Amino acid sequence: MSAFRDDMEAMIPALRRYARALTREVDLADDLVQDTLVRALRSEKLFLGGDLRSWLYTILTTLNRNRRRTLARQPLMTSQVEIGADASGTEAEGRDIARALATLPDEQRAVLLLVMLEGLSYREVAEVQSVPIGTVMSRLARARAHVKAALEGQRAPLRAVK
Amino acid sequence: MTDRDIPVTEDELHAYADGELPAERRGDVERWLATHPDDAARLQSWRAIGDALHARYGNVADEPVPARLSIDRLARPPRRWIGSAIAATLAAFLIGGGAGWLARGAAITPSTFADFTGDALGAHRLYVVEVRHPVEVAGNERAHLQQWLSKRVGYEVKAPELDGTGLKLVGGRLLPGPQAPAAFLMYESASGERFTLFTSRAATDATQMRYASRNADGALFWADHGVGYVLTGPTDKDRLHQVARLVYDQTEKGGG
Repeated sequence: MSAFRDDMEAMIPALRRYARALTREVDLADDLVQDTLVRALRSEKLFLGGDLRSWLYTILTTLNRNRRRTLARQPLMTSQVEIGADASGTEAEGRDIARALATLPDEQRAVLLLVMLEGLSYREVAEVQSVPIGTVMSRLARARAHVKAALEGQRAPLRAVK
Repeated sequence: MTDRDIPVTEDELHAYADGELPAERRGDVERWLATHPDDAARLQSWRAIGDALHARYGNVADEPVPARLSIDRLARPPRRWIGSAIAATLAAFLIGGGAGWLARGAAITPSTFADFTGDALGAHRLYVVEVRHPVEVAGNERAHLQQWLSKRVGYEVKAPELDGTGLKLVGGRLLPGPQAPAAFLMYESASGERFTLFTSRAATDATQMRYASRNADGALFWADHGVGYVLTGPTDKDRLHQVARLVYDQTEKGGG
């Protein structure tokens, strides 16, 4: 196997993590990763060095955005999979963060996850999204404010019960 | 004025949280946070978001990677599949073209069968009831009919002689077929019983005869030398077979 494919293979776990957080659905996330890998393999010859990691995140982010655009033309279907009231502790917190992510606009969710979960630099995220760094920073700030409010809004009633 | 006197901006706070702030400014931010509890609390809440994200999704990267995401598998199977598909097609082509009768058992796609019998049964039903205009070119212009149809369908059309079964050629017409134009020939017995023969280019080279029926009409489909034939008539299978046999023997001799 070529070095290119070795490097790609090494990236799969991280791509799955990003896709899972991006979509919050296991199968859909792996579909996205699979499409990303297929697309990248097809363009193997076109990849002339550069940052493979950023490139793969770029493909996945773009595929997800296209998917969301297609969905947007269809009647809205809200996923209820991660929403439940019976859990507690870490599990409930996990659901809280998933629910908070779900309410974010696409670009903000991508920035938040690329920076906070995947550890990309602002510059790398700017490349992934094809926007200036200033835009990345303002998206990140809005995303953090939004998620913070969502998490606190959800936790407040629980604290009141104690 | 030194950096430590410049107020810390929101952008700087984020950059500090994400390790993007230049080293020389970090000390300033830390001193700022010590005296600005609101900003310190905000920074803490962002860290909590990061912790929650890692707690919720971090372990996904530790899961075993599903087989369908294997690079080896994604990179290779298409080629293997295309290769074998080409080989299979080539084999079918060689067997069909070179082995004649042996290929009569070759598989026929259900759609070819359905397309041909569907079109033929429809045409049969539409035209056998026509008394005055059942055909475009009458049977007494046999040579002209065969020449015209052959030119339009792209293979030699010879209207079979079915006198042995009591059927006389009424004539023929050109029709749209499943994949290409179709030649449609009509025959009639002294008692008014009508048979039609529908032929058109088929993707299937050669097949066994297969029977289909719709309402009061029965049809026999077969393919030979890349041409599909449907003989339609009454649902009496023996009678259909008898006529089909005669059609088949003559088209084979005619070279298809």
